[in-house]
Amino acid sequence: MLALILLALGAVLSRAEAGAGLGAGDWAAIRFTVAQALWSSVLSVLLAVPVARALARRRFAGRAALVTLLGAPFILPVIVAVLGLLTVFGRNGWLNAGLEALGLPAVSIYGFHGVVLAHVFFNMPLATRLLLQGWQAIPAERFRLAAQLRLTPFAMFRAVEWPMLLQVVPGALALVFVICLTSFAVALTLGGGPRATTIELAIYQAFRFDFDLGRAALLSVVQLVLAGGMALVALRFVPTISIGGGLDRVMPRWDAWGGMQRLGDGVVIAFAALFLLVPLTAVILRGLAGLPSMPTSVYHAAGVSISVAIASIIVLLLLALPMAGWIAGRKAGGVEAVGLLGLSASPLMIGTGWFIVINPYADPFDFALLVTVLVNAMMALPFALRILVPPMREAVQRYGRLSTMLGLRGWVLWRVLLLPRLRAQIGFAAGLTGALSMGDLGVIALFADPDRVTLPLQMVRLMGAYRMDAAAGAALLLLGLSLGIFWICDKGGRWRAEA
Amino acid sequence: MLKLENAQIAQGDFRLRADFTLEPDRKYAVIGPSGAGKSTLLSALCGFVPLSEGRMLWKGEDITSAVPGARPMTMLFQDNNLFPHLSVLQNVALGLRPDGQIKQGEKDVVLDALARVDLAGYAQAKPGALSGGQQSRVALARVLVQARPLVLLDEPFAALGPALRNEMLDLVSGMAAQTGAALVMVTHAPEDVRRIADEVIFVEGGRAHAPRPAAALMDNPPPELRAYLG
Repeated sequence: MLALILLALGAVLSRAEAGAGLGAGDWAAIRFTVAQALWSSVLSVLLAVPVARALARRRFAGRAALVTLLGAPFILPVIVAVLGLLTVFGRNGWLNAGLEALGLPAVSIYGFHGVVLAHVFFNMPLATRLLLQGWQAIPAERFRLAAQLRLTPFAMFRAVEWPMLLQVVPGALALVFVICLTSFAVALTLGGGPRATTIELAIYQAFRFDFDLGRAALLSVVQLVLAGGMALVALRFVPTISIGGGLDRVMPRWDAWGGMQRLGDGVVIAFAALFLLVPLTAVILRGLAGLPSMPTSVYHAAGVSISVAIASIIVLLLLALPMAGWIAGRKAGGVEAVGLLGLSASPLMIGTGWFIVINPYADPFDFALLVTVLVNAMMALPFALRILVPPMREAVQRYGRLSTMLGLRGWVLWRVLLLPRLRAQIGFAAGLTGALSMGDLGVIALFADPDRVTLPLQMVRLMGAYRMDAAAGAALLLLGLSLGIFWICDKGGRWRAEA
Repeated sequence: MLKLENAQIAQGDFRLRADFTLEPDRKYAVIGPSGAGKSTLLSALCGFVPLSEGRMLWKGEDITSAVPGARPMTMLFQDNNLFPHLSVLQNVALGLRPDGQIKQGEKDVVLDALARVDLAGYAQAKPGALSGGQQSRVALARVLVQARPLVLLDEPFAALGPALRNEMLDLVSGMAAQTGAALVMVTHAPEDVRRIADEVIFVEGGRAHAPRPAAALMDNPPPELRAYLG
C-alpha cells in the first residue's frame, strides 16, 4: 500500500527535477487552490453553526430524514451534484430564469464563486454533522444547570456552547480545507481558465492537453507538499467519524423558547433543507426526462463503473481490515497517519506517478481501470480506518483475554470474533467505498480512452458535448447506483446483526 | 500439581511473590485486600501476565512461558465471558474446538453440558436474551467441556445476588468434584470461603502466601488476616 504511493511519488520526483520551475500559471493555480479552499471551509463551517444549533435544539417532523440527508453529499457523486447545481444556478438555470423575470442581471456559476458554492454544498452538511456531534456531546446537566441559573441566551451561549465550538470548529475547518485542496471534479466542471484552476486541474491539463509530463510531475510534488503538510496539521484536529447513529437524539432544552429564536431556527433549517434538496430534486426531475435520450454507451460505462466499485470494495477491505487489526493492537493511534497519507496524496498525483512508472514498459491506458481501483480504495482508506479501528479496539479489549484463553488465533480469531463484531462497520465502510468509487472522477480522467470509460466520465463527455438531457439521465443512473451500492453494503452489514 | 517456584510478578512498581504448589481436586479461595494482587495472581497463573522471576511447573514440566491457550487451565473473568454475537451452543462449542466447528458427536457433548447446567432449551439463544445467572451457567458449561485440570474464577459471580451466587458456587464446586479439577477462586466474602474452600491463599503485602486449611485459618486467623477480615 505504502509502496504504491511511494513508487508513484518516486516516479513523480524523478521527472519533476527535469521541469523548468513553476510558471506564472502554476503560481496562479496554487493561489487559487488555497484561496478557494479557505473560502469554502470558512463558509461551510460558518453556515453549519446555526444549522447544527437549530437541529440540536428543535424537534420536528422530518428531523431524522434531514439529518440523514446531511450525510448524503458524502456519498453523492460530485459530478451529479454539479449537474444539480448547474440546473439551479447555471446560465439557463432556475435562479437565472427567476432573476430574468424580475428584470435583474443574470449570475454566472462558473469560476471562483461556482467552485466555492459547490464545495459549500458538499461540505456544509459534513460540517453540520460534525458540529451536531459536538452539541450532542454536551452533558445534559450543563443545560439543566443553565436553566436553573436562568442564564440569558447570550450567557448560555458563552457558558455552554462557545467552549464546545472552540473545540470542534478547528477540526471541522481543517477537514473541509484539506478536502477542498485536492478538489478536481468541481474545478474541472465549474472552474477552468487561468483564473479558476486548481493544482489538481493543472496537473490534468498539463498531462492531457500539453502532455508535459515534467510539469505534471512538478505540480504533483507541489500538491503533495501542500496537501500533505495540511493533512499532517489537520490530523491533530480532525474528529472521529461517527457511524450515523446517535444524531437523532434531541437534548431537552429550557432556553430559546422565544418566538424570534424559534422563527430563526425554523428559517435556518428550511434554508439548509432547500439548499440540499433543490439541486437534488433538479437532478432527479431532469434525469427522468433525460433517461430515454441516453446513448447505449452510458449503459456500458455503468457496467464498467459497477465492476470498478466492487473491485475497489474488495481491495479496500483487504487493505483496511489487516491494517485496522494491526493498529487496534497498539496503544498509540499515530499509525492512522499511514491512512491519512491517502487523503493527502492526490489521485491525480498518483495517476501521474504510475503513468511515468508504467509508460516505459507497457501502454499505461491498459492499466487505467486497475489504477483507478487501487486509487479509489486508497482514497477510502483513511475513512475506513477511522470507522473500523475504534470498534476493533473495543472488541480486542473486551474479548481479547477470552479469545486467548480459548486459543483463538489467526484466521479463526477473525472468523469467530472480529468479523462478526465489526459487521456493521465493515458494511458501512464497504458502502462508503463503493459509493465513492462509483462516483469518482479523478485518475480515470487522466487515463481515459474511448473503450474504458466509467459512468462519471461518460457524464462529463455528454456535458462537454452539450447533450445535457442525456447527461442528466446518466446522472440519475449514477445517483441510483451510488446510493444503491451504499445501501446494499450498509444494510448487509446490519442485516440480522445483534448486539 | 501446579508448582510456582520462587515466582515473582512485576507490573510497574507492583511486586507479588509466590512460592507454593496447588494440588488436584482441591478448592482454593484467594482472599486479601483490594489491590493486593488477587486478580494479578490469577492472570499470571493463566499466562496473561508474565513472571518476572522464577518458574511455573505443571506435573514437572516447565510452562513458565506457555501461551494461555496451551496451559492446563481455564478462567472465568469478572465479565465478558461470552461472545454476544454467538449462540449459546456456539459459545460452549468453542471450549471443545477453538475453530468452533464441531462434529455431531461433539455437539452431543455440548448439549449434555448445557443440560447439566439446566439450559437444555437455550442452545440457539444469544447471550443477550439470557439473565445474568443463565449467562454464568453458559460460561460454566463451557468450562465443563473444556475439562481442564485447573479452573480459575476471578469473581465471575460478583454481579449476582446472594442466593444466585451461592447456587453458582455449589454448581461449580460440584462440577469440580466430578471432574477432579482444582478450583482457584478469588473472593471478598468470608462466607464463600467457608462454603466451598478447602484451603485459603492469602494475598497481602506483596506476597501470595502458601495455601493453608480454610476452616482452621478462618477460625483462628493470624493478625494480618484478622485486620483484613475486620
